[in-house]
This record gives sequence, C-alpha cells and structure tokens, in this order.
Amino acid sequence: MQSKVSSRRSFEWRNYIVYFVFIGVFLFFLFSIGDSGFLKPSNLLSIVRTTTMTTLIAVAMTFTIAAGEFDLSVGATAAFGAIFAALAIQATGNAFIGILAGLAGGALVGAANGALVAGLGIPSFIVTVGMQMVVRGADMWLTNTKPVIIGDAAFNNIFGQASIGPVPVLVIWTAAALLIGHVVLKKTSYGREVLATGANRVAAEFSGISTKKVKFMVMLVIGIVAAISGMLSAGLMQTARSTIGEGGIELNAIAAAILGGAALSGGKGSIIGTVVASLLIGVINNGIVIMGLNIAQQYMVTGAIIILAIAFGEKRKKV
Amino acid sequence: MNENVLEMHNIEKQFNGVPVLKKMNFSLKKGEVHALLGGNGAGKSTLMKILNGVYTKDAGQIRIDGQEADLHSVEDAHKKGIAMIYQEFSLLPAMSVAENIYITREWKKGGLIDDRKNMKKAEELLKWLEIDNIDPRVAVESLDVGYWQMVEIAKALSQDAKILVMDEPTSSLSKTETKALFKVIRQLKEKGISIIYISHRMAEVFEICDRVTILRDGINVATVESRDTTMEEIIDKMLDAAAKTSFERVERNFEQSGDPVLRVRDFAYGNKLADVSFDLYPGEILGLAGLMGSGRTELVESIFGIRRNWTGEVVVRGEPVKSKKDAMNKGIALVPEDRRQEGLILQHSIKSNFMLPSVRQMRKGFLIDDKKGADISREYIEKLSIKADSIKQMAMLLSGGNQQKIVLGKWLARGPRVLILDEPTIGVDVAAKAEILRIIRQLADEGVAVLMISSELSELVAACDRILVLYNRTVNKELSGREIESEEVLHHAIQGL
Repeated sequence: MQSKVSSRRSFEWRNYIVYFVFIGVFLFFLFSIGDSGFLKPSNLLSIVRTTTMTTLIAVAMTFTIAAGEFDLSVGATAAFGAIFAALAIQATGNAFIGILAGLAGGALVGAANGALVAGLGIPSFIVTVGMQMVVRGADMWLTNTKPVIIGDAAFNNIFGQASIGPVPVLVIWTAAALLIGHVVLKKTSYGREVLATGANRVAAEFSGISTKKVKFMVMLVIGIVAAISGMLSAGLMQTARSTIGEGGIELNAIAAAILGGAALSGGKGSIIGTVVASLLIGVINNGIVIMGLNIAQQYMVTGAIIILAIAFGEKRKKV
Repeated sequence: MNENVLEMHNIEKQFNGVPVLKKMNFSLKKGEVHALLGGNGAGKSTLMKILNGVYTKDAGQIRIDGQEADLHSVEDAHKKGIAMIYQEFSLLPAMSVAENIYITREWKKGGLIDDRKNMKKAEELLKWLEIDNIDPRVAVESLDVGYWQMVEIAKALSQDAKILVMDEPTSSLSKTETKALFKVIRQLKEKGISIIYISHRMAEVFEICDRVTILRDGINVATVESRDTTMEEIIDKMLDAAAKTSFERVERNFEQSGDPVLRVRDFAYGNKLADVSFDLYPGEILGLAGLMGSGRTELVESIFGIRRNWTGEVVVRGEPVKSKKDAMNKGIALVPEDRRQEGLILQHSIKSNFMLPSVRQMRKGFLIDDKKGADISREYIEKLSIKADSIKQMAMLLSGGNQQKIVLGKWLARGPRVLILDEPTIGVDVAAKAEILRIIRQLADEGVAVLMISSELSELVAACDRILVLYNRTVNKELSGREIESEEVLHHAIQGL
C-alpha cells in the first residue's frame, strides 16, 4: 500500500546533536590544549568527578521533565540531605544511620513537592521555586550557617573520596546513574508511564495510567537523588554546609537534560544524552580553565554553547 | 436468543431532570456490525457512554453474554470486553506502535520490558487482523492519521475486547483509508468481534453494517436488518415530527442584488476540497451543509485567513483577502466552531472578551480605553440579551448560550460585512438557539452577509435563503427557495443523493 506506513524509524540527527557537539568540543580542546594536560587520564577523570553531582541530578531531572514537570529545589535539597546525614553521624557516630537520614531528608522534600504538584495540581515550577527557599532556609537554620564536619571515614569514602584501583568512586556513581537511569527509563513500565504522562496526559489516563502517581513519584525520586548528590559533595569535602548546591545546579541539570534530548514540554528524554551533556558542560569548563580564561569568560562560553546546541537541536514549531 | 453478546434493557438516564434516554432497548449479536443512527441529541453518545462506564444508568439492565453487568467505570467496561475506539487522542504519538498497543501491559523478561517480544507479539496481532502494512517498530506519529485508528483497534483487541464502539470512524479518513478500515472490520466480524458503528454516512452504513438501530428523543425507534430497509426509510424515522416544527422556516424577502460582497472561485484545500466556487450577497443568509469532515470548517477558516495552504481566489468587494488581519479589515468575522477553545478566553472577563478583536480601535493614546470597552460590552449585553451579573464576570461562568452570544457580540462590535458562523448553536439550549437564529435574521435584514455552517439541518432549513451542500470535495448541490422547504431533501443531499 501507499503512504509512509512501512517506513522504518528514520535517523533524526537533531536527536543526537549533543553527541556531535561533544565530539566537536572535545576535538577542539584536543588540538588546542591537548598537550597542556587536557588529555591526561587524571584530568579526564577529574572532569567526570567534578560533574558527578550535576550528572546525578540531571538524570533524575530527565525523568521529571519527561513527566512534564520541573524541580528547581534540588540545590537546596542536596544541602538538606547532606546536613541531615552529617548531623545524624555526629549524633550517632554511625555512617549507615547517617545515610538513611540523608535519604530521608531528600524523600521528605520530594514527597512534599510531589504532594503539592500531583495532589493539589499546583505547577511544579511554582512549587519548587517556593520550596527551594523554604529548604535553603531550613539548611541555614539547622546548621546556623556553620559547616558540619563529618568525621566518619566510611561515609566519606563511599561518598566521594575513595578510589577503586585507579577509578575514583565518583566515576562509579556517574556510571551507576547512567546505567540505572537508562534501564529504568527505557526498560521498565515505570519509565513508559513517565514518558506517556508527559507526552499526553489524557491518553495516559485512558491507557490506565495513574498520572498523579507518576507525577508524585518523579518529584519524590528527584528529591532522594538530590540528597544523594548532596551527600557526595559532603563526603568529598568531609563537611556538610548550607551552601551545597548553590550556583545554579538545578539549571545546569535542566540544561543537561534538554541538551541530551528531553523535550521541555515532556514526553521525551534520553539518559545517555543527559549524561553526555552533563559531561560536555564539565569538559567546556575544564578546557576553558586550562586555556587560561577566567570564570567570567567560562560562564559566557558555556551559556552560549548551551543556547546554540539547543537552537540547532529543537525542531522549530509553528504557532 | 443467547447469540446476543450485549443486551441493554429499558435503560433510562436523566440529566438535571431532563430525560435523555427513555426505556431504551438495544441488542448486539456476536460478530455483527450494528449501526447506531440518530440526530444530535437523540441519545447515541449517552447510550454509548453508559456502555463504556463513563455515565451510570438511572434504571435498566445491561447483560453481557447473558450475565448482568454493572458498569461503573471505564475499567469495568474494559474488563467486560468493551472498548471504545477513539480516533486519535488516546495514542502516544512519539511512541512506537508496539509500545502503544502494550502500554501498561508490556511483555517482560526478568522484570524488564522485553522489547523484542513486544514487537513480535504486536506483529502477530497485526497479522491476525490482516493489517499487513503497519510496522510495529515505527512511531505512531509517522503513520498517516488513518492508520492510528487501526493501532487503537489492535490495542483494544490485545486486551481481549469483544465489543468495539466506533464513533464516526471515517470522518477524517480518505477513501483508501476507509477501504482499509472496512477490510479490518470485516476481519473482526469473522473473528466473532461485535461492532457498534456510529456514523452519519448512510452509504457506509449500508456497505458495512448488518443491522441498523435508529434513535430519536431517547428511544429506540426501530432496529432493522440493513438489507431490508432503505435510506429513505431511515431518514424518515430519524426525523422528529416535533423537531421539524420547533424551528419554523421564516421566509425572508431577500433578493440578490448588486455585486456579491464575497466571491470564492476555484478554491482547493489539500485533498479535502477542490473547485469550490460561490458568491455571497449583502443581506443573504447562505448555509453550508455537509457531513463531518467534508471540509466545511477548513473552507471558512481559509476565507478568514487562518489557514494558508489553499489555492484559488477569495475576494471581498473586489479585493483579494491576503491574511487574517486583512480579512478582518475588510469586514469578515468568524464565529468559530469550538467556543471554549477558539471563541473565548474563558478565564477572562466578559468585557475583555468583547474587546479582544477590537482592542486596537479602543485606545486613548497608548493606553486601552477601558471605558469604551465597558460601553461596548454593555451595549451588546443589552442588544443580545446576554444574562450576566456584570461585565467583569468570567466568561467561564456563563451558560453555553450566553457564551455564544459573547462570541457573536465581540465580532458584531466591529461592524462586520461578512459574518461567518461555524456551528453557531452547538451545545446551546433550545431557547437560546431560537434566539441566535433570530439575531442572525435581524443582522441579515440590516445588510450583513451571513455564511452559516450547521450540522443541525433543521436550523439551516429554518434560516437560510440558499444552501450549498459539500459532498465529495466540492459543492455538490445548491438549494434555494422552495427546494429548501424540507429537511429530507437536505438529508439526501449531504449523503450525495
């Protein structure tokens, strides 16, 4: 028969823009500063290490965006989780209890966001802007804006300091986020339900999906993941501070998810793309520093590359 | 007797005390295609929503395979093997055909989705249905819309549906797609699946359906074998004696004179319309009749300049219409089909809705002249007898009829020369309907040229000086004067007879 019915999935290069940009930027640095230490394994590992926090949150953010929501409170939640963990360790001296406390802190914020978004139907943008302030305030209050030292070696090793052979544990965290995120999004019913909810909520409901539950879950999970990310930061520095996650981590995570192929309107997302995009931001920052540019120039270049990549990647829609 | 997979006995349903179904009976045999016919408000969709668990019946009995069934939700209906085939909106376009068919019921291996098995199962299912030209791997959005419905059918059957309800399944399909769909329907029949087929297209009903049930005013007027009846008989039974008189035809002494205000020549739009030509004169009420999907809306939206990819000539008083802004400046106004989406900004006030199309005319320097807007709003609330608490009231809070009058009013405030109305009385109560028709007549008497689309043929008969019938992509027939007198003639005309 006629028509396009038998066509195979055609190659949409726009969906893969992040890989092209990554290769382009990498090659640029390779030729310009390849011999100034950029290519050293230790430098490459450090790129992965410095992006781990953002990468983890970006992976969770991909689910949130795919379900049609946002979370702008992740930076404050990261600090909240780290502070919970640090205070629990100080109180009990037990790393395990510390980890549980950290996760619980993240779950608390995530559940609150989820209840407001899914239960009351308030837009997540508003909920999480407000929640970010509430939680950041709580962070400062709990710590008196003073650093909380973490003296537990096991905790500090798991979250940031250790290496397994030559491989820093933070690289393993990144790999785990990539693997788990990818499998859950593409290979489980939960992943399908997330994508369906963001793509067409009515259709998802008609297919028997409880979209409220899905929206609650993506907000809950990103809260927990943010707390893990905060504990990584705290473990690396052996200190939890109320300033963890400041400086736009939520927007970097959103940028990574979108660069990686997620649609701002929901229904689409790629974990591999997100992780590569997060690494891309790390590579740019790292390369620029090696090139001798200052932080101001670093911001401007990173921002411009993000805009350009998304501009080329987005299908322009008519009104 | 027990070859009936479905029996609905003495079903009753009221909305706000108004009976919509009155002791309705309906039965469906195994492996039959059963047409459900009736005009707007006859009770078809209410009956189907009860069957599908969306509404709960007030009284009566539903038996499925001889067992009494309680249907309180769509899930209940699903479990009993009843599935409604929606035309498109329940699919997820970006996902593949197989993913859509098995969503929430994916085949798994070790807890993870087994893509290969899902593809294979989908392939087998499509093969069983003899839908041999859909690759389960492709994204639904890359299929022609006509094939989306087949994916829906496959999805329903993968859930062991025994009864499928199809509501106007061919209204957006091309001829080839319709043929392909009928092939699938015949396959389904052979496999013992029963189908309730709702359509206004009689030719299709006679082609594909075994039996026909005609509803009118919430009762089953007749159930007949389709080979034992004729189109005349069916139309006769569908027409309600009471409805015929509810909108009395009012003869206007209109005569075409001078130059036409709107001239359309050789208009073509995609594969929907071709060679459409007509004139519209000042003071005339011209009706545009046709089945759903016959291109009526596309035609008027093109005239108004919202749609662009058409060819031909649209001329207002000698000058071609270039854009929607140009159309408005030349005095064209369009009251669109979907009042809630296209006609109003529901969460804005009555006043700001009134001002919207004329906001550039209502200025004092750089600022909006609120007083002028308020004056205009009050003037039209008065003129059109709109029932509202104040001009600050949210449009959402008004009844359908009053909302429609606001849409009408916001365009009248611009003093249009050509007023286009797309289904002006849809979802409006009877009293408001009569009133809207009266307003339309009055405007025409004042010299406004009116082009009016309606699926309620009685309305066209009541109001129009002339009626164009769209069929088979073009103006198939033009009725005027005495030819318009009966609804039967119009019924035949839109079926292409």
